[in-house]
Amino acid sequence: MMRNIEYLEQQAKQIRRLIIRSIGKAGSGHPGGSLSCADLMAALYFDVMNIKPQEPLWEDRDRFVLSKGHACPALYAALAMKGYYPMEELDHLRELGSILQGHPYSGKTPGVDVSTGSLGQGLSVANGIALGARLDGKDYYVYCLMGDGETEEGQVWEAAMSTVHYRLDHVIAFVDYNHLQIDGTIEEIMGNVNVAGRFEAFGWNVLTIDGHNTEEILQAIDSAKESKGIPTMIVMNTVKGKGVSFMENQVGWHGSAPSADQVAQALKELGE
Amino acid sequence: MSELIATRDAFGQAIIEFAENNEKVVVLDADLAKATMSCKFKDAYPNRFFDMGIAECDLVGTAAGLATTGKIPFACTFAVFAAGRAFEQIRNSVAYPHLNVKICGSHGGISVGKDGATHQAVEDLAVMAAVPNMVVLNPGDAVEMRAAVKAMIDYDGPVYIRLGRNPVPVVFDPDTYCFQIGKGIKVRKGKDVTLVATGSLLDIANQAAEKLLAEGIQAEVINIATIKPLDKDLIVESAKKTQRVVVLEEGIIVGGLGSAVAHALSEQYPVPMRYIGMDDCFGQSGDPVALMEYYGMTAEETVRKVKELL
Repeated sequence: MMRNIEYLEQQAKQIRRLIIRSIGKAGSGHPGGSLSCADLMAALYFDVMNIKPQEPLWEDRDRFVLSKGHACPALYAALAMKGYYPMEELDHLRELGSILQGHPYSGKTPGVDVSTGSLGQGLSVANGIALGARLDGKDYYVYCLMGDGETEEGQVWEAAMSTVHYRLDHVIAFVDYNHLQIDGTIEEIMGNVNVAGRFEAFGWNVLTIDGHNTEEILQAIDSAKESKGIPTMIVMNTVKGKGVSFMENQVGWHGSAPSADQVAQALKELGE
Repeated sequence: MSELIATRDAFGQAIIEFAENNEKVVVLDADLAKATMSCKFKDAYPNRFFDMGIAECDLVGTAAGLATTGKIPFACTFAVFAAGRAFEQIRNSVAYPHLNVKICGSHGGISVGKDGATHQAVEDLAVMAAVPNMVVLNPGDAVEMRAAVKAMIDYDGPVYIRLGRNPVPVVFDPDTYCFQIGKGIKVRKGKDVTLVATGSLLDIANQAAEKLLAEGIQAEVINIATIKPLDKDLIVESAKKTQRVVVLEEGIIVGGLGSAVAHALSEQYPVPMRYIGMDDCFGQSGDPVALMEYYGMTAEETVRKVKELL
């Protein structure tokens, strides 16, 4: 099947613009790690996932667990573009009473399958969903995106054992390997090296790709679906802050909002 | 002497019974199935049982995922590890999104005995009650446990339930006993003092009431199996009659049932109170009966505290 790569790249760019705009409006949020996963969000929501935006709780839908919940501006943008809720909601990110909480909350946001934000918990939940699907005889997929710094949480490795032990090949997981966490690089903070090798040692089928290359993302997911009995971890080499020159590879943009001038400059770079 | 059954045994039996006609019920454990008695479910329904290994955080997270698919997961381990180690998973992955996960903490209280303080949950009920959205249950005997298991399956939402390790007397009549989440039960009528007891200490409260009666003091005994939401009406109504209250629990007083009762009464009808429970301390190794005596969880100590109020 020929896929429209150019279209997905445009969607990713739109997601990036919405990330900048919504975080700028909110005055707080996490632009760096949202921008680094925008290409994956576009590929999942505009190509890969079997979903019905008009029926968010459709039983047979593919699920997405944003374990690195602080990157929710990317998810919120994708969901709005898919029509889960009006685009105007993005203007109310992090406001009192908003359906768009500072971290994903299934209780308020249509399309958010799992509440996340406390790092390290998402893969366990994804495993549980896959076990439930198996009990129900359903074959939907559960996609789970983790941060690279997040793999410093012990629960990630508890869950990594479980996915393999229970042969949950319908869990397709990703690590956003942008090498930065709040206090510095993941290597200098916790000697967090060779993420791929660690998951391989736990028995995963590991693929390493360019996380900003839409074709590679799609191919990796296709390949993951061919893996029988062994779950797949797709390690995406990414750039934190991707697409906005002054944010790229800058640890300071993990959790701070751009000013109005910076928003204008970023949007200009993103082709608005 | 009535029959002795540990509430964990009653739990293991009940969950099999009610899972027979409810395929949504699934059970997870963290390598303690033979202690929490979820092993019975494993034998009966192996396809619906998942051992997650010695990994309580993953246990709770996996249960949360199963709940999002419409299952009713019972996540079982020791109370210390459930409410302690996996506290934040329970808070963020289960309670906050109001998922239908049942957290089952076995070996609650100090009557665990010789394993000592590391394995004696004294604060599980208090910390679970502090979490918004959580229903917290602490059944007192086998009959109440069976009924509570049925009720928590019927209730759509997160529940914490404490299971006891040691055999305790069966006090309720299985033919007439009716359990409702949030409702306490007046098990004995009296006019001079109210004894509010939960879990294993219901038996102690009843023994104390007998001793008091021998001295002409009529104690009203209220059994509270639901720590949260608390049956405030029942307690306030009784306090209005007796004018004094003693609360009994096998756990820390701060944040536990003692605090909850004091909170309710202080707002609606303050009366002098006393507490039987762990006074801001950990347990230790020892024979269960000796431990209960050491920490003052006895009928004699209850009688002594009642007399302080008379």
